Amino acid sequence: MSVTERDLTEAEQTELLEEAALQEPDLQEDKAPAGPGDGEDIPVPPGAPRALLRSLLGPHRARVVLAMVMITIQQAALQVGPLLVSYAIDRGIPALRAHDWGPLIAVTAGYLGCAAVATLLQRSFIRLSGVINQAILLEMRRRIFRHAQALSLDFHERYTSGRIISRATSDVDTVRELLNEGLQELLSVILSVVYIAVLLIVMDWRLGLASLASVVPIYLFTRGYRRRSQAIYRRSRTAVAQVIVRFTETMNGIRPVQAFRREAANEEAFAVSNGEYTDANAQGLLSMAQFVASSRATANIWITGVVVWGAVLVTQGSLQLGVLAAFVLYLRRLFDPVDQVAMFLNSYQSASAALEKIAGLLAHEPSVPEPGEPVALPAKTEDAIPGRAVDFDGVAFSYRTGKQVLPRFDLRIPAGQSVAVVGATGAGKSTLAKLLARFYDPTEGKVTLDGVDLRELSTPELRRGVVMVTQESFLFSGTVAENIAIGRPDASREEVEEAARAIGAFEFIAALPEGFDTDVRKRGGRISAGQRQLVAFARALLADPAVLILDEATSSLDVPGEQAVQRAMATVLAGRTAVIIAHRLSTVEIADRVLVMDQGQVVEDGAPADLVSGTGRFAGLHQAWRESLV
Amino acid sequence: MSTQQDSRPAPEASDPSPPQPASHSATRSLLRLWPYVRPIRWFLTASTVSALLASLSALVIPLVLKNVVDGPVAHRDTGGLWRQGVLLLVLGLLEAGLFGLRRWFVARPLAGVERQMRADLYAKLQRLPVSFHDRWASGQLLSRATSDMYTIRLFLAFPLVFLIVNSMVFLTGIGIMFTLDWQLALITVLPAAPLIILCSYFERRYSAAARLSQDQNGDLATVLEESVLGIRILKSFGRHRTMAARYRAQAELLRGTELKKARLLADLWAVIVGLPELALGTSLAVGVVQVAHGSTTAGTLVGFLSTALSLRWPVESLGWLLAYSNEAATATDRFYEVMDARPADAEDGPVRDGSAVQAAPAPARDGIRLADVRFRYPDAPAGSPDLLTGVDLHVRSGETMALVGLTGSGKTTLTALLPRLYEIDGGRITLDGTDIREIPRARLRALVSMAFEDPTLFSASVSENVLMGAPDAPEEALERALDVAQAQFVRALPEGTRTQVGEQGLSLSGGQRQRLALARAVVGAPEFLVLDDPLSALDVHTEALVEQALRQVLAGTTALVVAHRPSTVLLADRVALLADGRITAVGTHHELLESNPEYRELMSGERTGGQAGERTGEGTEDGSLVR
Ligand SMILES: Nc1ncnc2c1ncn2[C@@H]1O[C@H](COP(=O)(O)OP(=O)(O)OP(=O)(O)O)[C@@H](O)[C@H]1O
Ligand SMILES: Nc1ncnc2c1ncn2[C@@H]1O[C@H](COP(=O)(O)OP(=O)(O)OP(=O)(O)O)[C@@H](O)[C@H]1O
Ligand SMILES: [Mg+2]
Ligand SMILES: [Mg+2]
Repeated sequence: MSVTERDLTEAEQTELLEEAALQEPDLQEDKAPAGPGDGEDIPVPPGAPRALLRSLLGPHRARVVLAMVMITIQQAALQVGPLLVSYAIDRGIPALRAHDWGPLIAVTAGYLGCAAVATLLQRSFIRLSGVINQAILLEMRRRIFRHAQALSLDFHERYTSGRIISRATSDVDTVRELLNEGLQELLSVILSVVYIAVLLIVMDWRLGLASLASVVPIYLFTRGYRRRSQAIYRRSRTAVAQVIVRFTETMNGIRPVQAFRREAANEEAFAVSNGEYTDANAQGLLSMAQFVASSRATANIWITGVVVWGAVLVTQGSLQLGVLAAFVLYLRRLFDPVDQVAMFLNSYQSASAALEKIAGLLAHEPSVPEPGEPVALPAKTEDAIPGRAVDFDGVAFSYRTGKQVLPRFDLRIPAGQSVAVVGATGAGKSTLAKLLARFYDPTEGKVTLDGVDLRELSTPELRRGVVMVTQESFLFSGTVAENIAIGRPDASREEVEEAARAIGAFEFIAALPEGFDTDVRKRGGRISAGQRQLVAFARALLADPAVLILDEATSSLDVPGEQAVQRAMATVLAGRTAVIIAHRLSTVEIADRVLVMDQGQVVEDGAPADLVSGTGRFAGLHQAWRESLV
Repeated sequence: MSTQQDSRPAPEASDPSPPQPASHSATRSLLRLWPYVRPIRWFLTASTVSALLASLSALVIPLVLKNVVDGPVAHRDTGGLWRQGVLLLVLGLLEAGLFGLRRWFVARPLAGVERQMRADLYAKLQRLPVSFHDRWASGQLLSRATSDMYTIRLFLAFPLVFLIVNSMVFLTGIGIMFTLDWQLALITVLPAAPLIILCSYFERRYSAAARLSQDQNGDLATVLEESVLGIRILKSFGRHRTMAARYRAQAELLRGTELKKARLLADLWAVIVGLPELALGTSLAVGVVQVAHGSTTAGTLVGFLSTALSLRWPVESLGWLLAYSNEAATATDRFYEVMDARPADAEDGPVRDGSAVQAAPAPARDGIRLADVRFRYPDAPAGSPDLLTGVDLHVRSGETMALVGLTGSGKTTLTALLPRLYEIDGGRITLDGTDIREIPRARLRALVSMAFEDPTLFSASVSENVLMGAPDAPEEALERALDVAQAQFVRALPEGTRTQVGEQGLSLSGGQRQRLALARAVVGAPEFLVLDDPLSALDVHTEALVEQALRQVLAGTTALVVAHRPSTVLLADRVALLADGRITAVGTHHELLESNPEYRELMSGERTGGQAGERTGEGTEDGSLVR
């Protein structure tokens, strides 16, 4: 393999390395065929990919230099071989005929020594570059992960999980490919090109310069190729994200997919994304084929030209025959690494498209950001109740898509009060709760906890303050104990079991094959829906927050189970501020206060007993619910 | 899907967990790619031939160059110079063309192979039983569909071709060396023996590491996927750090494996570069001695050594070719682990013609009948009792039966048996008299429509999500279904029924999602309807409205409705109580309330003593919050 792009000087090549940035980084993701995951695209700030690469490479500068030195010496040691061979033949043989073994021994020792040096350096180089590459990849993965975690729900709803996954898997793999294979080749190519170029100019400056002039056309080809492949690889990155989006969505919804016989339709849709992706790859390869062929052709035409001109010079007597002979052989080697350069450029283009996507993700600012200077919640005195006061102050909210869900309102919940929120589905109950849990920031006004704006609290402080059991109970694969311990990772096993016991989940967990150490599998699929809710509930209890939000936390439980939870809540919620959303009004009876919501507005507000005896909506709801009971 | 895997016995299918790396050789694994490679074999051959010819012309061109210098130039022969120049040009263009052709031949075909393999994998996964998906981590499946496939394509594009080309070049070179000086050649070839042994040692170690790294890559994807899907939980508990630490730990494992691979590769390269150099050094010394003694000529020695030096690349390339082939081999293994798994319909008995279900005259309107149905999850520990220990239940045609039971009693499991998402272990289930195992799955699932307790929507429009239940239903059916489910809210959405609902429908409220899932179940006016707790997320008023509308649908449908609340039970004509893995009572709601204390407790929560009281247990008595 071989071939080259000696058109780039060493400095240019280094820059190329650092660049990994594209000339037009502000281009938006190409529109792939409509389908899932076609969320809005994130504009990439100019220079972001380059800055990303620089910051990733930065800490390893010294190692990178060391690696370069190693490979330089190694190449030099390899190049010495032929010189030693000619020395052995010129000097060794005559000396040996004169029974002088000295030169032969020296040459052999020298040869073996060089071989040993080259070998050892090669080995150390591979190890060292492995260390550098892996450190870079680890850091890149870590950043993507942490950033994805820091981004707000609002972002996740648009971007979709599949695309984040594709950023952290497929895109990172692409960069890995460049790091693993590209750099070593590039370095050795540069070295051999520089070495030969110098040699050529020294031999004959006219022919040397003429040969080096081939830089110009090959540079033009390279530029054209890069421009073309840049578009292609961007397409490929977008398409692979589509593939992953579709793939993960199907696998996550395999039950409905099979139950509703979606297989064939899904395959059709998948074939579109899959075809788009492989097609982009094929085009990438084709344009590389074209590039390789045209630069090779240019090189060969150039060689012919230079040889013919050289021959003419020899005929005119201004060039020695011997020089031309040597020149011609070296000239050929100058152009040898064309293939290698093409492969490098190919991985480079592909990786820079990937880096562009990654940089775009990383450059996206969370819309629910951590405060720059966090404020602490006011300290609690010894005997104070654990709850904290909540205040919605002139709050209004609308999701990014759609109309205003919560029109401007004020709401004050004193410390220690438990408030039930009821109302028709879609009224905005969960939205209210999510504002309090700071899943979103209100579009207007502010939500405060003991007088401190939620936006000014650091995440740990906020989560000591407010914890929410969401309407969708999600368990992570891992043991039951691990899932409960998400509430408080440093909790002991006893505390975890105690939390489970408090809501009556202990028995069923203990009855699982391995008790608390049973793996619940992805999304908790190994246990039933009601059991999942119990685990999610136990998790919140363990977290022990000042304000606890329960969004339909018992909707899938059987009646006895629900009652057990309610009895437990009476103790558990004592002194705690609680917001309880429920359709089963039995839950409401343990609350101090009831809010009835309709179309985003609180239409009734009062003690349960008062509302029940009134004539408002709640009285109606309550009546209907009573009737629905046995 | 392709046919080759159907003929295989697929022994791994019943393994409880993803199979461990098999220990067979890389070559055998790679040979399994043949069905995919077969259609493009001529393209691959053409590419290989081009690569060979290109290598040949790379050998010829220097000779021509030498000729130019030695011939026309030395003899000042201008005519000869032009002739040679043209020859050089033609050869050069030929070589360039071949270089391009080598890639051009395979670019599209290989993309086709990758596409086909991925499409087959996807199709296969869709058809594997739910129990398969239960036990495989999602990241493992994803990594097989993406990075493994990429590895395989790359292998076919480069390493495969170069393994062939380089070994030919190598053999030719060795041949030349033997004709030049067989003694020196012997010395040079001698290290081949240890090299082969070392390579096979390396291959084993590297294979294991490559496999490990691919698996760890999959695990990493799993952690990532879960942390993104569970982002609401992580946010609500502020657990980013915990999860990030978990991810990092996993990523560090992967880094460890990758570094191990790098070290193995480094050692291999060292051997592959070092040993031949050692041999060359020795043959140089010996050659010089021979020349000095006159047993060979200096010219021969030079020729010999330059040939040997030119073989450096083919030998050195062996390092990465081997590494790549091993990675592709383990990737192929991973691919076939899924492809070899037994599809859901593998052990179906003779399947009756789908039409038979309707045509069968005798027991036509028999409804749903479960007789002594036994079931346990495949991953239940040995020795534990079955989950369903003999369920007998008859839902008469046109009747709505409510299924009640404690949390975790197996209601959802029972409903999943009807459309054969899981296979029963014993007994039999019949629909209108036909055993469900004799109905083709697609037909069965068209007959039985489901609403799952977890209303999984897909990121598509409202109408696409609903019409999933009946792809060619007319517009009115959609409207009717939305009305039944009281999902009129969709008309207020920004784009009506064409509004995208977001990933998993999460841009809707909980009750909105559930109503769409309900609409999806009823849209096709199915003969059999299975609703798993379909009203749990609805408020009392909406619930009443849905029930009212649903009653009309249910009037002509045979339905099984899982229920937790009396209000939902009232939808049904009769109620069946599931306890201890069997149906312990069937009757109307009021009958059971009267006669069955267990049922009474389940519906009202009031303890009536006896066994039912145990469950709510001690937990509540000392239900203090853990601090
Ligand atoms: N992420 C979102 N993006 C856009 N709109 C949303 C989003 N989440 C909810 N909505 C809309 O906001 C409104 C209020 O939703 P919310 O989830 O607060 O209702 P809810 O009162 O909790 O209802 P339910 O009882 O059904 O859970 C609904 O109309 C819903 O479609
Ligand atoms: N995929 C699975 N693999 C192994 N065991 C499972 C699996 N799914 C459920 N189980 C177990 O089987 C039992 C019954 O689960 P199922 O989901 O059928 O209960 P359910 O009656 O629907 O409960 P709920 O009222 O909470 O929805 C549970 O104890 C659960 O732990
Ligand atoms: Mg809600
Ligand atoms: Mg269930």
